[in-house]
Amino acid sequence: MTTTPTRPAPATAAAPPGGAAARVRKRLNTRTATVVSIIIAVLWTIPTFGLFISSFRPENDIKSTGWWTFFTDPQVTLENYQEVLFGRTASSGQLASYFINSLVITLPSVLFPLAFAALAAYALAWINFRGRDWIYICVFALQIVPLQMALVPLLSFFSEGVTVGGVTLLPAWGLTGEERFIQVWFAHTCFALPLGIFLLHNFVSQLPRDLMEAARVDGATHPKIFRTIVLPLITPALAAFGIFQFLWVWNDLLVALIFAGGGKQTAPLTVRLAELAGTRGNEWQRLTSGAFVSIVIPLIVFLSLQRYFVRGLLSGSVKG
Amino acid sequence: MNFDVAAEADKLTMLGYGLLAFVVVVGGLLLLLDIVPSWFARQREQRLAMAVAGVDPAAPPPARRKPREWLFGLFFLLPAVLLLLVGLVVPAIRTVLLSLMDGRSESWVGLDNYSWMFSQDEILSVLTNTLVWVLLVPLLATSVGLIYAVLVDRARLESLAKALVFMPTAISFVGAGIIWKFVYAYRGPEQEQIGLLNQLVVGFGGEPQQWLQNPPLNTLFLIVVMVWIQAGFAMVVLSAAIKAIPADVVEAARLDGVNSWQMFWRITMPSIRPALIVVVVTISIATLKLFDIVRTMTNGNYDTNVIATEMYNQAFRYGQTGQGSALAVFLFVLVIPIVIYQIRNLRKQREA
Repeated sequence: MTTTPTRPAPATAAAPPGGAAARVRKRLNTRTATVVSIIIAVLWTIPTFGLFISSFRPENDIKSTGWWTFFTDPQVTLENYQEVLFGRTASSGQLASYFINSLVITLPSVLFPLAFAALAAYALAWINFRGRDWIYICVFALQIVPLQMALVPLLSFFSEGVTVGGVTLLPAWGLTGEERFIQVWFAHTCFALPLGIFLLHNFVSQLPRDLMEAARVDGATHPKIFRTIVLPLITPALAAFGIFQFLWVWNDLLVALIFAGGGKQTAPLTVRLAELAGTRGNEWQRLTSGAFVSIVIPLIVFLSLQRYFVRGLLSGSVKG
Repeated sequence: MNFDVAAEADKLTMLGYGLLAFVVVVGGLLLLLDIVPSWFARQREQRLAMAVAGVDPAAPPPARRKPREWLFGLFFLLPAVLLLLVGLVVPAIRTVLLSLMDGRSESWVGLDNYSWMFSQDEILSVLTNTLVWVLLVPLLATSVGLIYAVLVDRARLESLAKALVFMPTAISFVGAGIIWKFVYAYRGPEQEQIGLLNQLVVGFGGEPQQWLQNPPLNTLFLIVVMVWIQAGFAMVVLSAAIKAIPADVVEAARLDGVNSWQMFWRITMPSIRPALIVVVVTISIATLKLFDIVRTMTNGNYDTNVIATEMYNQAFRYGQTGQGSALAVFLFVLVIPIVIYQIRNLRKQREA
């Protein structure tokens, strides 16, 4: 291969050697490509779009005609949102309350793993001690352990404490009401750590060695280096993992179902929506607007911070 | 308006406690690590000063910095390792033990729970369903993602086109379940259809169907939802891999008169192989553990159950801890080969 990037050939080389027939075929190729990609894009957007349109249509319209009739007979109402967020009856959704639960669950469940994973990642990358590589490999392997493996014992750890051979080592936590948020935070933090440590370690370990050694020579201690040098430099990685964890926690159903319970006091949006979809599967005016209430925050986060999120995904991640 | 402000205030107080705990724990840890070493440092300086002053010239030289290195490591790792042990490692071991016990975890039953798993018709159908999911979802999602990534590469409006397909990644499985349940919605043939799919079927002169209630095809309609979510992930990772192919390789191939079909199979595919493996593995694992979609859309009825939903039912609804744990362990066994493969890759990487 004699080609180099600076070769001035492209202008002439771009013309297909086959002449007119090849040119036609090439244009046909790009046209098929365009058509196929548009079909995929439409297939991937239409379902969400239909849901979005429907959530603004009056109840009777949603239940009797398809959402596409909206374009010939546009009727817009905000009543569905009013009802699903603040409705009086128990069947109405009352999502405002669950929305707050989702927020209360999500914030600490993102912050704790971020901090602990960053500390651990730094230790595994820049502090020398024996067994470091083994700890790293274990953490790495833990990424893939399905969280189903931990659910039953972790729940009994909270509700019954730890007893070994009849001796109570740790009493039951006895959490009730709002206190059950603690269980959810705890569970999410544990489950997030393997991926978090792995992602941040990838990043922290690539910081320039000279920089670290210079700081050590200047007499900086590890906590000082961590705070003043490492943290500012790994902000993009922290953002990537933070967004990842945010979406994970906000969208999670299983962990919430088990550790938060199903009530209005602690359950997040996803639990309530799954419940509505099961018991009131034909109340589309509630389901459409409710689904949109739960989608809107992650969509905003996602669209505004997509760059960081993509970077997080590209670090090659498998979440347990 | 039914919005109890007092109840919400309690929750926000709880959030306040949570954030306070965060500040105290993390700040406290860093503070501790800052203060203790500097105290030691001062002690050492004093000893050094005394040694220099010649009080005791035979005294051993002050301890060097090195030996305390592992102490720092310990404290930096402590919260993470502790939580991993309490929240993952020990529970996982206990789950293995529980799977050898009866429903109430009182007596040992050996491998009964496992033989139960492979003898019940219902559970066998759960296992077959999971198999179908794991075979189809990675294949379909990766293919769609790859095709789309290749087609929109360097096209006009590329970033918009990618954002459209990537968007479902941000939507919860529950939300996606509702979105698609609406697409599959069914009205009797005499009524006007409200679901898009049945409208299309009727438009082409067919009979509307209860898509989610007729096995075995209903599993396929659930699989569509997962493919819809995962294709965006596949597309983004593969698209980045395609962009990372060196420009001169592509250029050289083009000068050699390679057409786009050959380009795809001879240049693109071999270059993105590692990314392709990562995508397939990631999607396979996510699919194995799939819970939310089935639970939201059919709740496992109509013969659509998968391992994760059945595990939840056994352990948390029927109180059959042993059988639930056995299902969880089986799930784990299915991913062990992947774990081993990944660790070998990791070690290779580290040696290189």
